[in-house]
Amino acid sequence: MRIGKIAPALVLALAAAATTACGGGTSSSAPKELVYWASNQGTSLDNDKAVLQPELDKFEKASGIKVKLEVVPWTDLLNRILAATTSGKGPDVLNIGNTWSASLQATGAFLPFDDAALEKVGGKSRFLGPSLAATGASGQPPVGVPLYGQAYGLYYNKKLFSEAGITKPPATWEELVEDGKKLTKPDKGQWGLSLQAGQITENSHHAAILGAQHGAQFFTPEGKPQLASDPSVAAVQQFVDLMQKDKIVNPANAEYADTAKSLKDLSDGKAAMFMNQASAGSFKNIGMDMANLGVAPIPLPATAPPNGRKVTSFVAGINMAVFKNTKNPDAALDFVKFMVSAPEQALLNKTYGSLPTVQDAYSDTAFQTEDVRVFQNVLANSAEPMPQVPQESQFETLIGTAMKAMFADVAAGEPVDGAKIRDQLNQADQQIAAGS
Amino acid sequence: MPTALDDAPAVKTAGAPRPRGVRRDRRRAALPYLLLLPAILLELLVHLIPMIAGLVMSFFKLTQFYIRDFSSAPAAGLDNYKFVLDFDAAAGKSLLGSFWITVLYTVLSVGFCWLFGTSAAVLMQKNFRGRGLLRTLFLVPYALPMYAAVITWSFMFQKDTGLVNDLLGTDSFWLIGDNSFWSLVVVSVWRNWPFAFLIVMAGLQNIPGELYEAAAIDGAGWWRQFRAITQPMLRPVNQVLLLVLFLWTFNDFNTPYVLFGASAPKEASLISIHIYQSSFVTWNFGLGSAMSVLLLLFLLIVSTVYLGLSARRRNAVV
Repeated sequence: MRIGKIAPALVLALAAAATTACGGGTSSSAPKELVYWASNQGTSLDNDKAVLQPELDKFEKASGIKVKLEVVPWTDLLNRILAATTSGKGPDVLNIGNTWSASLQATGAFLPFDDAALEKVGGKSRFLGPSLAATGASGQPPVGVPLYGQAYGLYYNKKLFSEAGITKPPATWEELVEDGKKLTKPDKGQWGLSLQAGQITENSHHAAILGAQHGAQFFTPEGKPQLASDPSVAAVQQFVDLMQKDKIVNPANAEYADTAKSLKDLSDGKAAMFMNQASAGSFKNIGMDMANLGVAPIPLPATAPPNGRKVTSFVAGINMAVFKNTKNPDAALDFVKFMVSAPEQALLNKTYGSLPTVQDAYSDTAFQTEDVRVFQNVLANSAEPMPQVPQESQFETLIGTAMKAMFADVAAGEPVDGAKIRDQLNQADQQIAAGS
Repeated sequence: MPTALDDAPAVKTAGAPRPRGVRRDRRRAALPYLLLLPAILLELLVHLIPMIAGLVMSFFKLTQFYIRDFSSAPAAGLDNYKFVLDFDAAAGKSLLGSFWITVLYTVLSVGFCWLFGTSAAVLMQKNFRGRGLLRTLFLVPYALPMYAAVITWSFMFQKDTGLVNDLLGTDSFWLIGDNSFWSLVVVSVWRNWPFAFLIVMAGLQNIPGELYEAAAIDGAGWWRQFRAITQPMLRPVNQVLLLVLFLWTFNDFNTPYVLFGASAPKEASLISIHIYQSSFVTWNFGLGSAMSVLLLLFLLIVSTVYLGLSARRRNAVV
């Protein structure tokens, strides 16, 4: 991206996308063919192809509809979707991160899943309520249906807990800090908690969870940003204080921009706790002794702040959307129906270590384990969607970036107090308002 | 009655070659334009049209709500410009901060690249055993794929597991906080100085050896020869080199993006990253375009002034 032509480069990118991304929508008279952009869920793009292709073949055999698969890395997915949205030449069916739902809904490029469309994919009642609620702004037809469910939990290293004489995972934030202090031994390179403090998205997710516990509403009912409210400031302060005041997080975590490092810290005994989405498969891949791995819901405060909500996770996951420009809407809906059918939901979510988004898939024994039950329970009972407003993507980016900078300050020994947090969140408010 | 057409063969048989010659001359005159045509078309397609589109976009409130249909975006007039140029507000303040960081980054990076490139090129002038190998090694950073090279630096700069802290015996952060700026400068200089080396080396090849021989006979030492012959003779090369390095470095997006990811630490937040975030992360393409236009204007002014001054100096010397 040279010569200061980043904005014009958008036009170029879009022009390029117009020529490269035009696989979607074939003639309805020809044998039906769909283009599907799958997000990267597995250990690699090839792993995803290996997982999905047999299922697509199965679908083709049953329906006569061929599905051309392209697995898109997360880093490219949003820009690819935007390019397709602009050019109108996108895939027929695609995966979207569910936190983008309301933002993408605002573009008007996707087929609204009204009651009739939902009926065609098996009916509204089959889906888990919270997952379905994270598919678009309330009061509007969803922009997709949930495909893979996810929720946050608190992973802990049972061996370190037992060595420190702690018998159960913390149930409140106060206990988490107390346990964290007992488990923090910097001279041994061991810390109570690992944070992906350099990861924008993760920071924003934790701001949302803690914000809900403090009673924060990041947007007014009219959709106006109000990130700099007292509860938001308190939530961010509490999160940053895990490193700053409580000192249970290694300051080096301010550099952690991916999950792998935190997973490894927990596995290697360098950290005793880690808040993350269901990741048993990833722990197995890095050689964690699974007998030492426990999971519990993220704690709630011992005394709920005024208006605080009992939220321990946001509704995470992946949705499946249909591009409005598809020339084969019926075939696209058939394909969505296939992907959210109980057998496919069981098989795919089992493989990826995520949670089914339809009730009838939970009968599979793979989802009867203790770990899955914890996540399932969180998803069903104490998770709320990220703010379902069109500016959601800006919200995530701006609050996450501000928190990343705060952690960098803390790591460098610069204090981060309430005034500084409010100032940063005020700036985020202004920037969101500018793009509204 | 004879017609002009009837006359034509007579003219031809008279052997006058003029019409064919005129045609040939015309063809010859048109040839350069025909040869330029593909370049002009490509330039239009690749640079001018997107630039004009960017300029137009900067006057519209183009966000994700209108990305599907550009034409429905409401006009913003000068609002996008006013917003980013309001230095009392958050967006203006952070843009100005990025601007000064970029200025400092450019001055340091271009300065060191030029210094290292020139020093190495001058030292490599003398023939010695292993010179070819050393020249090749110097070019390695420039030949390596940019992404692989910079991501390797990002591994080396990690606090706990990086090689840099290991070698220096320190325990510092290099990818966050104040040091992140210096990491950026180091990687940029490491990556770009071989270009300066290559260009200066090419410039040195064009300086006649007799000048040095004559100077040596007159008793001029190495430093005097460098100042009186090498530097003035390299001036035209240096003028182009510094301009190109300035433009590349001021717009550098790849180095910070690969080194720090989409959100660089505020201490190393170059203007290109700032524009990227507005355009592609927070989906405010109108605002991003306005910033791009301002950046383009700034670079145009600086380049024009620089070229004007260079030309005046050249004319004065002539």
